[in-house]
Amino acid sequence: MTGIRKYWIALIFIGLGTVIFAQDHDHQGAQQSVEQTGHPANAETNAHDDTSSGACGHPIVEKEGEFNAGETAVHHIADANAIHVVGDIYLPLPCFLYAPSQGWTITTTSAFHPHHHGNGEIAKDGYVLVHGSIQRVKDPGFPKGEVSVSEPTHDTKTVNGKEKDIYYVVADGKCYELDKKTTFDGGLMGGGVTSFYDYSITRNVFTMLLTCLLLFFVFRSAASAATRTQGHAPKGLQNFVEPFYTFIRDDVARPAIGPKYEKYMPYLLSAFFFILGLNLIGQIPFFPGSANVTGNISVTIVLAMLTFILMLASTKKHFWEHTLWMPGVPAALKILILTPVEILGLFLKPFTLLLRLFANITAGHIVILCFVGLIFIFGKAGTSVGGSIAGAAAAIPLSLFMMTLELLVAFLQAFIFVMLSATYIGMALEEPHGDHH
Amino acid sequence: MVFLADFSVIKPEPGLLIWTTIIFGLFWFLMSKFAFKPIGQALKQRELDIQSALDEAKKARQEMSELQAENEKLLAQAREERSAILKEAKEAKEEIISEAKERAGAEYRRKVESAIQDIENQKQAALVALKNQSGQMAVEIAEKLLRRELANKSEQEAYAKSLAESINLN
Repeated sequence: MTGIRKYWIALIFIGLGTVIFAQDHDHQGAQQSVEQTGHPANAETNAHDDTSSGACGHPIVEKEGEFNAGETAVHHIADANAIHVVGDIYLPLPCFLYAPSQGWTITTTSAFHPHHHGNGEIAKDGYVLVHGSIQRVKDPGFPKGEVSVSEPTHDTKTVNGKEKDIYYVVADGKCYELDKKTTFDGGLMGGGVTSFYDYSITRNVFTMLLTCLLLFFVFRSAASAATRTQGHAPKGLQNFVEPFYTFIRDDVARPAIGPKYEKYMPYLLSAFFFILGLNLIGQIPFFPGSANVTGNISVTIVLAMLTFILMLASTKKHFWEHTLWMPGVPAALKILILTPVEILGLFLKPFTLLLRLFANITAGHIVILCFVGLIFIFGKAGTSVGGSIAGAAAAIPLSLFMMTLELLVAFLQAFIFVMLSATYIGMALEEPHGDHH
Repeated sequence: MVFLADFSVIKPEPGLLIWTTIIFGLFWFLMSKFAFKPIGQALKQRELDIQSALDEAKKARQEMSELQAENEKLLAQAREERSAILKEAKEAKEEIISEAKERAGAEYRRKVESAIQDIENQKQAALVALKNQSGQMAVEIAEKLLRRELANKSEQEAYAKSLAESINLN
């Protein structure tokens, strides 16, 4: 009986999450159609009709009832400078912005007056909030201080043979092109170094802090209980935390690293709980969850780099001998094939590590968002109630299934990351056995 | 391509890189110092405790069984001793009885012999006394007879007879 009740609670919980998403979007849809009359509105679909002319000066008409599930999903998994709580309520976050031409700008998200869809009504020192993310006016002549700006519009432009999304705002009847924040993808993914750097506490940073604090208090209380009740049977939180600890110790660190495992335990445990905590928090579909932290490549890069550094720091002569000059193989073969492949493999290890976690979590989130998007596709973005109900009927079981799978993936990916980290460290630490060559 | 351009999660951002490094670094440091170290130590201590408790229990059990075996041995020994003692006692008893019997027999024989001796002695004494008395009486009778002989013969005989009758042998 209780088992069945639990399932019902889970179902209701997931349904509720879906409904909150739905309300959010219904609201946005309604607002958007009202605003369309005044300003040139954003519509990526428009780009097809109006690619060359640009957003400014040409009134862009958004197609009524258009809903792009892919775009919505990509928008939701992205990092943002504002945390959308519910409706038009945004949690303000501190912004630390640096532009080489004008120095530091320190403010909070509320200075941009974020309203629906995460767009700011105010430009501050040339910075504008677009879809919850800060962008900067390219034109150095843009007035400093607080300036009222229009709803941002966007257009696609071909720069150096690559299509780029460019956003514009209108202030005082003049159209300004915006610059996105600097990214270190070297232009491969459509980003690159721009006119400013964003070091703000973003939604992801906030979620990381929150998760770390939560984990710290859970573990701190378990640790103090463990010290206090020395010589007694463990109870409460201890019983929750200790199996994880012994699991990482006995099934990951000890078999993969060997006798020197104890030195690496803190890193492995920290990485495991950091990833697991963020994976799980990211699964909650509403505030304070929903941030796609472990599905952001910046986060996985840092974690993979730390593993890589630890691995390199623990390498022994034996490891380099096997990587650079494998004994028992002809010299020509070594120079031509083996050594380049081994060196490539050395760098591929952290790369696969960061990509695996990133791709798994992001893919899971996109799939769930697309399932939820079924409600809007079937319901024609809120215009057809019957369609919405049909969409929800399809979306709820599918999302439920996907979320259950994601729950498994949350644990699995945290485990795999730590397991592989331990294996790489173990490989670096390996001593010659004399039995395999 | 438009899709990918908006796909910001795949673009490494300087802010997020730095913040992740700081937060994870702090998390790593604080957790290892304040959480994992005490938990690890407590777990290790507990494992040691459990192991030693198990070892102790095993040792105690072994000791117990050893003790039990010893007890049984002692018991068997005691039982053996008891039966030996019993046997000895029985033998002693029999010996005592037979000795007593023997002694009683000897005493009896000695008593009987002494009684026979006594009887013999008494008999001899009685005979001596009888001899003496009968001699004396015969002398007295003869004296009296001698005194009466002159008067009457028949009377003399009757007198002798009465005299003889008056002799009470006891």
